[in-house]
Parts: sequence; C-alpha cells; structure tokens
Amino acid sequence: MTEEKTHHPEPSYLVDTGKYKGLMAWLTSTDHKRIGLMYMYAIMVFFSVGVILGVLMRMELYWPGQQIYGPQAYNGIFTIHGIIMIFTVVIPGLAAVFGNFSLPLMIGAKDVAFPRLNLFSFYLYVLGAAIALASQFMGNGPPDTGWTFYAPYSIQTQTNVVAAVFGAFVLGFSSILTGLNFIVTMHRMRAPGMTFFKMPLFPWSLYATAWIQVLATPIVGITLLMIIAERWLRIGFFDPSLGGDPILYQHLFWIYSHPAVYIMILPAMGVITEIIPTFALRRIFGYKAIAISSLAIASVGYFVWAHHMYTSGMSTTARWVFSLLTFLVAVPSAIKVFNWVTTMYKGSISVKPPFLFALGFIFLFMIGGMTGLSLGALATNIHVHDTAYVVAHFHYIVFGGVGFAFFAAIYYWYPKMYGRMYNIKMANWSFVFLFTGFNLLYFPQFIIGMMGMPRRYFDYLPQFTFGHQLSFWGGILLVIGFVIMLITLFSKKGAKAPDNPWGGRTFEWNIPSPPPVENFDIMPELGVNEGPYDYK
Amino acid sequence: MGASNFVEGVDLAFKIIFGISLFFLVGITTVMLYFVYRYNRKRHPQAVQIKDNNFLEFTWITVPLILVLLMFYYGYVAFSPMRNVPKDAIPITVIGKMWVWTFEYEGGKQSPVLVVPLNKAVKLNLHSDDVIHSLYIPAFRIKEDVVPGKKNYMWFIAQQPGEYDVLCTVYCGLRHSYMETKTRVVSEEEYAAWLKALPEKSAEPDGLVILKKNACTGCHSIDGSKIVSTSFKGLYGKTEKVVTNGTERSITVDDEYIMTSVYDPDKDLVVGYPKGLMKTYRGIVTEDEMNKVIDYLKTIK
Repeated sequence: MTEEKTHHPEPSYLVDTGKYKGLMAWLTSTDHKRIGLMYMYAIMVFFSVGVILGVLMRMELYWPGQQIYGPQAYNGIFTIHGIIMIFTVVIPGLAAVFGNFSLPLMIGAKDVAFPRLNLFSFYLYVLGAAIALASQFMGNGPPDTGWTFYAPYSIQTQTNVVAAVFGAFVLGFSSILTGLNFIVTMHRMRAPGMTFFKMPLFPWSLYATAWIQVLATPIVGITLLMIIAERWLRIGFFDPSLGGDPILYQHLFWIYSHPAVYIMILPAMGVITEIIPTFALRRIFGYKAIAISSLAIASVGYFVWAHHMYTSGMSTTARWVFSLLTFLVAVPSAIKVFNWVTTMYKGSISVKPPFLFALGFIFLFMIGGMTGLSLGALATNIHVHDTAYVVAHFHYIVFGGVGFAFFAAIYYWYPKMYGRMYNIKMANWSFVFLFTGFNLLYFPQFIIGMMGMPRRYFDYLPQFTFGHQLSFWGGILLVIGFVIMLITLFSKKGAKAPDNPWGGRTFEWNIPSPPPVENFDIMPELGVNEGPYDYK
Repeated sequence: MGASNFVEGVDLAFKIIFGISLFFLVGITTVMLYFVYRYNRKRHPQAVQIKDNNFLEFTWITVPLILVLLMFYYGYVAFSPMRNVPKDAIPITVIGKMWVWTFEYEGGKQSPVLVVPLNKAVKLNLHSDDVIHSLYIPAFRIKEDVVPGKKNYMWFIAQQPGEYDVLCTVYCGLRHSYMETKTRVVSEEEYAAWLKALPEKSAEPDGLVILKKNACTGCHSIDGSKIVSTSFKGLYGKTEKVVTNGTERSITVDDEYIMTSVYDPDKDLVVGYPKGLMKTYRGIVTEDEMNKVIDYLKTIK
C-alpha cells in the first residue's frame, strides 16, 4: 500500500479538475463525495437555524406568561422548528451526508449508480428547503399548524400553510430519488466477492432505510397535495365542515411519518455499528442479527403508525392491535443494543471522540427507547399522550439518537473527508457539553410531562416553571457544545491525517485521505473467507 | 386512593414499565462502562475475536419479547375499562371551541367549570364544532380527543373531593395554551344543589348568542378587557386607525366597517395587528345574523 501511495497519480476529489473552479466546481459536481459534503454544509446551516428557534422557545418559556413575544409568534416558531429539523435535517441527515460520502467507498464502488440523479436530488433538497423557509416570509404570516399539519386546523388557518406543505412535498422527492439511487447502487455495484451478507452494516442500514424512503414517502406526498387541494379547491377530504374526515388525515400522515422515524434512526444505528468494532478492534458481534434486525425494523415499522392516535377515538380493537405491533418493533432495537455492548467484550478499546459519541448514543437511545414503552402501552399512553413527556421522548430518539450519531459520524469520517485531523481534546469537550446540556434540557420534560404539562403550550401553569427553567439552562450548555464542535471542525487546518487513523477494516480506510476522484486505483475485492470486519 | 378510578391501574402500569426499563438501563450502562474500562487498550492491548453465539442471540430476542408482551398486557388491562362506560353514568356534553371548554348538563344548563359528584360514574360526550381539541385531566389519568364530526367519549369516577386542572392537549390555534379550566369534585348533595342553582340557558340577546356560537368571544371580550384583540364593549361608534392597502387612515366603526372586518378581515386592518390573525367568516355567519350582531354591539357601549 505505502509504496503505491508515494507515486499516486490521481488528485484528491477536493482539487478542482473539471471545467469550473471554486464554488461552481462544487455545484456542478456529480462526485458522490462532494455531494455528501454539500448536504453536510446545508444540514449544518439548517440545524443551526433550528437550534436558534429552539433557544427562542426556551427563552419564552422561562417564566409562565408572555415574556418576549406573543402566542402567534410562538406557534409559528415551533412549527418552523419542527419543519426544519424534521424535513431538512434529520430525514435527509445521515443517509444524505454519509450515505453519499461513505456508501460507495465502503462497498468498493466508484460512485453511486446514478450520479447525475444524485446531484438532481440535492437540488430538489435545496429547492424544497428554500420553499419551506420562504413560507415564513410570504402571504399571511408563518404557518402555525405544527409540523404535523393536522386537519381541520391546517385547512382553516389563514396563515401560509400551502408553501410549507409544498416545500415538504418537494423534499419528499429528493428523499425518494436518493433512496432509489442507493438501492440500485447496493444491488449492482458491490465489489467482487462482497455478497449481501458480507456488506458492511452501515450500507445494510441504508439499504433498509432506502426501501422506506421509496415506499412510504409517496403517501405523505399525496397527503400533502390533498391539503393543498382542500385549501384551494375546497374539496372535502379532511375538514368535516366540507364533508371530510379529520381522522383520515391522521392515518395518511402517520403511515409515512412513523416509518420516517426509522428513515432517521436506521442509518444512525448503522454508523454506531461501524464505529464500535473500529475502536474496539473487534469483529462485530452478531453480524447477521444486526443486518436482519434493520430489515425487521423497516418492515414492522410500517404497521405501527396508529400508536400516534390512541386518543383520537379509534375503536378499542384498533388501539390494542397497534399497541401490540408497537411492542414487537422494540425487540429488534434491543437486539442491536445487546450486540453493540457485546462487541466491546474482550476488545481493545480506544476511547476516541467518535467512540465517545457512540457511547453517548447508546445511553440516550436506550432512554429514548425505554420511555417509548410507556407510550406504546395503552393505559400509560393515555396519560402522557401529547404532553412534554412525548417531546422529551422523541428528542431523545431524534436528537440524542440521530443527532449524536451524526456527530459521531462526522468525527469518524472527518479525516477521510478532508485528509486532516482535528483537535481530540476539543472534540472531547464538545461531547461533555453536548451530553450534559442534552440531558439537562430534555430530562426535566419527562417529569413535567408526567405531571401533566401539555405540548405546544405558549403559556403554562406555575407548577411547571422549574422544569422549564432547567431545560433553558440545558439548552444553553448544548449550544456551547455545538459551537465548540464547529470550532473544532472548521476553524483551522489540523495535522495531515493518515489513510487509516482509527485502524478500521472497511474499504474506505485502504485508500488515501482524502480519496481520489474515482476512489479506487485497483478495484478492491473480498476473498471467499474474508468478511467486512476481519480484525486480527 | 387515587383521584379517579383509573389512577391505580395506570400508575401500576407505569411502575412496571419504568421498573423493568430502569433495571435494564442501569444494567446495560454499567456493563458497557465496565467493558470500556476493563478492555481499554492500555489494559488490554490485544483484542480477542469472539465468535457469534446463537444461544446468546436467542436469549436476547426472547427475553425482551416476553417482557414487552408483559408491558403490553398491563397497559391493556388498565386501559380496557376506560372504554366500558357503566350504564348509570351521568351524561355531560363537553363542547370544545377555540379556546373555551363548556360543559352542558342534562336540561341544557351550561357551565364553564366541570362540577361532578364524588363516587359517581360520569360520562363525557365530546363535541367540537371547529377543530380538534383534546380533553385532559392529568389527576384522573384520562384524555380523549374532541374531533369535529366524530363521536368520542370518556368516563370516570372521581374518588377524592377537590379541584383539578382540565387542559387541552391537541394544538388548536392561537390561544391553545389558554384553553384550560377546572373540574371540581363535590359531595352528591352539593352537586345536586349546584346543578339546581345553575341558571337555565340564559335568555341572551340573539347577537351575543351568535358571537358566542362562533367563538368570537374567545378573542374579543364583551367587558372591555383585552384578550387577543379589541373588546366589543364600546366598539360601535369608536374611531380606529386602520391600514388599507398599505396606507393608514382613520375610520369610525359603523355597520359597514363591521361587515368588512368580519367578511374580509385583512382589508381594513387596525394598526398594530398582523394580517391573517382573524379568518374570514364569509359563508359561516350570514348577513342576517350579522345584523343581529350589530344590533347587539350597539347596546354595549
């Protein structure tokens, strides 16, 4: 390997070699690595906007009563916070950034199957996000429906719902096309010798995710168009005053939006599954169980949507059937946790930042998952449904889970992306602040939720004050952690990174950092007796 | 004894689920941190490659499966009575309207507070005319959505006298967080006396009935206080500064202005209010009704 590298003729993908230079060279590039990075920058920007909106909410909620702005502003802020964080940050999230950057490297491909379609997906993403953001500044004021757009409120409100809904619709297409691209890439472009059951587990998780993207997203697309049709053409789909059924909306919405949770979390699990063996220098424990549990989550995840609707007045039969199915989906998640922890047994563990974030992920994901159990059970759900408890639960999954996995993934693949290292100490500090801040921010919400604090409240009863104040200070710590992380990653150039800084075994660690444009000089192969995680 | 007949079952389900969860959370975290310490590269420079173990995999599929089925069961048994209302339950109709709860007792008597007798089954029939609300009484561990165009219900037996919060948990617009009231649990005698003293559906002027029916009074008070927007009291004949097509002008509130602001709220917008705050009532309130409203407004100067 070393000998080869010294007279490597191929320039790195970060060097402009085509017709254009600078920004244009990036915007016209069909290189999966550049597209992955562009998604990353865009997502970081949107995430920052979402965080600022979150802080604005926590400021308003510091005391009961009105502090800095009125209820209409609050309702607009929590709506756009949700739309930005869900549709432009966590749904594309890990799949768009690291699916693009790492997937072809990990399976030994030169690019994804349809590079131009891939760039088109990115533009759709930018367009959809721009429309969603523009909804804030056009028409009759920012939408105030919550990211769920529940009918009939979303049909009746005078605010600018159509633009936000249309933005989400366009973002959906970006998601579908990315999913399709990845499925074809994994079926057609794996390295010689890499059978499906020799594929690394991050690609496996992307495979399960991609099928949800392709099969579930069209349903929400249709549903969003129905809202637009109802608002413009007064066709009564959902609003009872037009002859529609508001519960039908909830079914259609959650048939997509519950599986969407797995679009977010499956790639996160996949990233953790890569990081643990690398830093424990140990073969992953239960390879097949992890691969199959991804598929199990993706398929059972389709049949649990109505657990968002236990109090909607559904029949008792529907309620217990969905409760039972919901509990079944807990099992494959538990399997993964057991396998991760067992992989550490008798390993040789080096606690570097990516591993630290992976440990944080496992802990926060366990809390998120376990607090989900009382949301899946009927009697307990009735009490905490639509309260701050739910807010805490899904932030533990979506931010503690997906967010921390995202941070872990950045710290893991950063040397490969830029060919540079970052300051390890600073990275560890970012973890300390993010982890402490996160728990201080969201754990009190479990408690006030149990006490009866409803969600989406601009004002609240005095008994919830202390909980909200703890959350505010947690939010401040979290922001500090995030800023430290941005400084660590982007403030100055670190030392040159070796090709394989962590001792990983998957293909991407065998090529130069940063990789050349076409990834592999010599196509990699897996021998008959080789697997993806053969540590010595 | 819990505040309602459901508290015990629901709280038991919580304890079982939280108990099992806490055991696993602490257990797994401890084992994980121990591994990180014990097999740290400093102490354990050479990893040992362990082979997959089918027995282990099988165990941690079946044990969680059994445990979650147990949780499902406890959740179900505590929930199931919530949907079986005793035949002799006292029926009360709950009307959810942006952003006020109203409780209608037998004979059409209405109250803004839910008063119920101790140790008697009460059935709440849930009704909404506008958007989805959800009636939540945390102390009783009950909640059910109030969906326009759908029938839904809930019931309970209050077991402790006292006053408890009643909240709305499905987001319903501007003043969602103010859609709250109390439920008061009193002895049977007190309840009977209270119900008797509750005034019959009052002979309110037609105009006020229309204003209340359309929840206008949710934002515009009739006593001069400011809720969201201008109070109706003293509105008729008042001079207001409005913005029309971007230019400011002064108008006097008269019949024509009131009609415009109900049917086309954003046309002449009072200075200081954002567009879109109020929806149009065209097709909802007829002109005939509007004339009655104007007649009423003239009376509350």
